[in-house]
Amino acid sequence: MELTSLGLYSQAIIVFAALVLFTSFVMLAQPRIQPLIYTFAWQGLLLAVVTVLVALVSKHPHLYISAALTVVLKVGLIPWLLYRLSVRLNMNYETESITNPSILLLGGAGLVVFSYFIALPIVHLSGLATRNTIAVSIAVELLGMLIMIARKTAMAQVIGFMSMENGLFFAAVVSTYGMPLIVELGVAFDVMVASILFGVFFFHLRDSFDSLDVSHLNRLSETDEAMPLAGAAEAEQP
Amino acid sequence: MILLEITLLAPLVGGLLLAFIGHRATAGWLNVATGAVTFVASLALALDVFDHGARLSAGKMFYIDAFNVYLVALTAFVGMTTSIFSRPYMRHEVERGRVTDRRMRLYHSMYQGFLFSMLLALSTNNLGIMWVAMESATLTTVLLVSLYRTPESIEAAWKYFVLCGVGIAQALFGTVLIYFAAENRPGGERGDTLLWTVLHDTTAGGLDPAVVSLAFVFLLVGYGTKVGLVPLHNWLPDAHSEGPTPMSAVLSGLLLNVALYALVRFKMLVDASLHMELAGHLMMGFGLLSFVVAGLFLHRQHDIKRMYSYSSIEHMGLMTFAFGIGGPLATFGALLHMTMNSLTKSAIFVTVGYASQLAGTQRIDRIRGLIRTQPGIGWGLLIGTVAIAGFPPFGVFISEFLLLMATMKSWPWLTIPLLFGFGVAFAGLFRHLQPMVFGEPPAGQKPVQANMLPVVVHLALVLWLGLSIPDFLSGWFEQATLLISGASLR
Repeated sequence: MELTSLGLYSQAIIVFAALVLFTSFVMLAQPRIQPLIYTFAWQGLLLAVVTVLVALVSKHPHLYISAALTVVLKVGLIPWLLYRLSVRLNMNYETESITNPSILLLGGAGLVVFSYFIALPIVHLSGLATRNTIAVSIAVELLGMLIMIARKTAMAQVIGFMSMENGLFFAAVVSTYGMPLIVELGVAFDVMVASILFGVFFFHLRDSFDSLDVSHLNRLSETDEAMPLAGAAEAEQP
Repeated sequence: MILLEITLLAPLVGGLLLAFIGHRATAGWLNVATGAVTFVASLALALDVFDHGARLSAGKMFYIDAFNVYLVALTAFVGMTTSIFSRPYMRHEVERGRVTDRRMRLYHSMYQGFLFSMLLALSTNNLGIMWVAMESATLTTVLLVSLYRTPESIEAAWKYFVLCGVGIAQALFGTVLIYFAAENRPGGERGDTLLWTVLHDTTAGGLDPAVVSLAFVFLLVGYGTKVGLVPLHNWLPDAHSEGPTPMSAVLSGLLLNVALYALVRFKMLVDASLHMELAGHLMMGFGLLSFVVAGLFLHRQHDIKRMYSYSSIEHMGLMTFAFGIGGPLATFGALLHMTMNSLTKSAIFVTVGYASQLAGTQRIDRIRGLIRTQPGIGWGLLIGTVAIAGFPPFGVFISEFLLLMATMKSWPWLTIPLLFGFGVAFAGLFRHLQPMVFGEPPAGQKPVQANMLPVVVHLALVLWLGLSIPDFLSGWFEQATLLISGASLR
């Protein structure tokens, strides 16, 4: 299909979708915490723009509500919460050493190709104006998962988690013009509660491990010799 | 549908109330009362559905049929008996200084919140809401896993949160794909297509096979993480072993069932539109793998609650395998096994809770001589383990026997790994159990105050169902079997 044969709005959707994907790559290799949070907020904003454009093209008014929810949650509340936490936990200037960033980015590119592959049957079936971006939405979701796997700080993992959720929301918007409103409200509620719980956990993690580096979480394991619970068992004696 | 409303509202209202008064001495009783109201309402609802058939609520929000109503009743029942156990147990934990007043409020409130989200996931007609409820089941329990605030429990809770969050996100994507397939079916109109009744009755045959298969893979990974299927099970032993014991009982006995329920619902849709056994084969593969691997892991455990969590993975694997085989016999067996595992496993966790309070530790090599110190707990643990290992005359034997028969009928060569798995799991449980119940008690081990009523009731039910399944219950299972497998047992 010729891109120029699409309407102006549809072309704009593709441009902004590409920008959303770009922010995912930025997050994948951004070692500093604060820029990571800003990039996440940008991704939310771009996603909201895509949603509004899709609403304009498809004339589905309930997508405006979804876009508003995205702005409130993903651009406002969650980045603000994470920013405040990073300040209170004194980690806003911390950098995380990412092992092999170039391989990580190449792996991310591989995931994008893979998403185009799995999106084939979906695109084939869809008659929507936004079908070109379905693969991009899957890629955003998978990249979010890659962030969670590759990064070691709890903050980066949370941002990966939320970015994955962005990808899912994106997929719903471009493949079916959004889920039914009640489901979207439910999902948004869950995401909000999850982000608050993550905040609570940051404090717990710091209090117990003196660090938000989740590679310290290695006490529970299956090895025979490690006896990880020995100390705790003593402490449990009344 | 007033009965359904009571079933759902009781835990919601109770949970809100307990958020304010959950630390008082009466809170334990309020928790029990809420559980009792929920159970009575759900039982009445079950009888109603049994008499009059499936019910769709006004506004199409809730749908109750033979399959989910029995899980609703089971969830409410185990929720009630566990709340009876939790009252003295948690009071003891407060006396030992392991939990503060604030955390007791959190505990009680989230206990009911968890029951509410499971009941919502079971009874909703909207597959999207089912996902939302499954996710809130994680959210309500994650702070309870870390209730003791030990480094281990925080690690367990973090793993639980992150792994289940990632897993269940895949399930949401699968749900989006199903919705997409339903919206784009040839010749169909749009709207309402995320409702189970609409999807199943009118559209299931016409969904695009390629998209539906893709969706099922995502759904299997997503809900399979919550079921605890190997290799997605890593969170489960941690979360089940580090939280307070009443939570372990409801997580092992109920949450895994609800996740499997979601998976089976989607399998019904996928089967209707695929005309091949993709969903069944995937479930059989993952189920059998979980069954065998968890059985092997049983041998390596040092923590009593971890050991029984692996036993849960093993049994969930067996059920997934059975639902995967599909025919009426296997489905009937799987439904029965679901009930048996819930009742037995929650009884075991209750006993394990007392046993570890008695010994002051969860380490298997320090729990010794339970029968000598306190016969009730020792025998409870012994009988419970005998039951879960599948000895006659207990109900688990019947369901496992049915599953073995079903396997022999349709996949004869798979009985070999199945029998091997039974043997390995049996050996794994008993090599640890033997010294715990019979050994010499360490000096100064004193009995604890224990209310064995829930254990006795659960095990008596399991024994009764092993000896004879009453007509109404088998009729019920048959209705559900007909619904799931599309064929009757007779």
